[in-house]
Amino acid sequence: MHNPESVQINVRAKRKFSKLDKKEWLYAYLFLAPMLILFAIFVVFPMFKGIYISFFDYSLRNFKFTGLANYKALLHDEIFIKSLVNTLLIVLGTAPIVVILSLFISLNIYKKPAGVRSFFRGVFYLPTVSSIVSITVVWGWILHPNYGILNYLTSKLGMEPRGWLGDPKTALLCIIGILITLSVGQPIILYVASLGNVPASYLEAAEIDGATPWQVFTKITWPLLMPTTLYIVIITTINSFQCFSIIQLLTSGGPAFSTETIMYLVYERAFTLNKFGAASAAGVILAIIIMIISIVQYKFFGNEVDY
Amino acid sequence: MKKIKFSPRGTISATLIIILTIIFIFPFYWIITGAFKPQNVTVQIPPQWFPKNPTLSNFAELAKNPLAQWTFNSFFIAFSTMIVVCLVATMAGYVLAKKRFPGRNLIFWSLIIAMALPKQVIMIPLFTILSKFGWINSYAGLIFPAAAWPFGVFLMKQFSQGVPGELLEAAKIDGCNELRIFWSIVVPLVKPGIGALAIFTFINSWNDYFMQLIVIRSNNKFTLPLGVALMQQEFTTNYGAIMAGAALASLPMIIIFIVFQNYFTQGITMGAVKG
Repeated sequence: MHNPESVQINVRAKRKFSKLDKKEWLYAYLFLAPMLILFAIFVVFPMFKGIYISFFDYSLRNFKFTGLANYKALLHDEIFIKSLVNTLLIVLGTAPIVVILSLFISLNIYKKPAGVRSFFRGVFYLPTVSSIVSITVVWGWILHPNYGILNYLTSKLGMEPRGWLGDPKTALLCIIGILITLSVGQPIILYVASLGNVPASYLEAAEIDGATPWQVFTKITWPLLMPTTLYIVIITTINSFQCFSIIQLLTSGGPAFSTETIMYLVYERAFTLNKFGAASAAGVILAIIIMIISIVQYKFFGNEVDY
Repeated sequence: MKKIKFSPRGTISATLIIILTIIFIFPFYWIITGAFKPQNVTVQIPPQWFPKNPTLSNFAELAKNPLAQWTFNSFFIAFSTMIVVCLVATMAGYVLAKKRFPGRNLIFWSLIIAMALPKQVIMIPLFTILSKFGWINSYAGLIFPAAAWPFGVFLMKQFSQGVPGELLEAAKIDGCNELRIFWSIVVPLVKPGIGALAIFTFINSWNDYFMQLIVIRSNNKFTLPLGVALMQQEFTTNYGAIMAGAALASLPMIIIFIVFQNYFTQGITMGAVKG
């Protein structure tokens, strides 16, 4: 931000706020205006309004200030606590596996000829890009206790049939599994691009010095990939927190709230129970958690990132 | 090319990649074959790996719904969102990359921080605003909120950074006005970025099931994903018909993806570079 060039420009700008500069500013604001208007109406205002109504008893009939009552009620709300735990489990289950899986796939495909590379990139990106609803409903069929192909296959291996989505022990795992297949596409594209940017001379030098492939990976490749990994961890975390379609279509939060997440809880309470205030409070708590986690991730990985 | 070596490590990796590929491809295979299986076959165990008596009856069942209308809705919403986003984001991205003016950093960082915000906090007030505008159950209720999401601005700023400043200066000296500079110099130079953004936006809009679910109310405004979700509730285990719907809802996206794969790769990589 403070390179000499821009400072110079600033100094020049300060010396003469000529008519020309002001005209330039005016055009800048005009070009920005459409975006900023949309952003203000549909993002900024709703954000502050969301925080505001979280302090109200707000339903179809009521709109009464109740201070922190919504928040206090949530802390004693077992379903909320459970959905918070489930949300964190989904994030903790998804993000590391997405990183490992996408890195593993990328390491295996990035040196391949362009055609092979784009084939695999395509295969793993396909679930992300084709309709999420379509993918989710087909998984619903695959996992069906009576008609699903998974139970047929496991029975061939001598296992008892399971109600994968109807059993509190496996339902959340299935959700995480499906979410992972929907999440690795973008990380693979990013890793393949970053791996292509690792200077070949570094790798050759290390090889000449007798480094094992594992040493080359841990000492050279992995540190160089750090900025990409950080970005992937953050976007995967944010996306996993907002995982909604899979749950709404497959389990509706059940059985016994074992797949209830905050996102689903906010939706349910706001749009089926019309408890807008309480739902907003749950949303705000989640937003704060996401912010904290993003900052922690940034600090944690940021230290190792060499820009 | 090097000779392929059969090291134990390589064999294990290759096997794992093949297994993963099968897991990722299988749902698509199951959608497409399922769409052509008669209803009684879709629920039989052992399953039929390949439809022995392919039928179009599932599509006939599906056609009892206003299918053409749903397809039109999905395309119309995704296309309009794409146009609005590309226009608005390209203008904003160019200015943020190439002009110095008071408030620039503040605006840029607000947009960046907003991208990390979970939609949960904003969706209730957003819904109220849309009702006030009379935009519930309307196309506009899906198009404009989607255009407010700042990712596109960020992407277009990255691409605009590559526009040479001298070129813009020269045009200004030649007496080009700002609109002309933008339209005849900037836009052609950032076309790859616009292409990537267009495809992203199209697909995100098509797939934004959550917003469609809360904004759209009546059957004739349904999108294809909403239609498929409705069928899943109505038909429960009529998997043939559900898969026929799922195939229709995902096919356009798959085609777009295959045709424009390079734009995707470029867009995703550029969007991740720090600005």
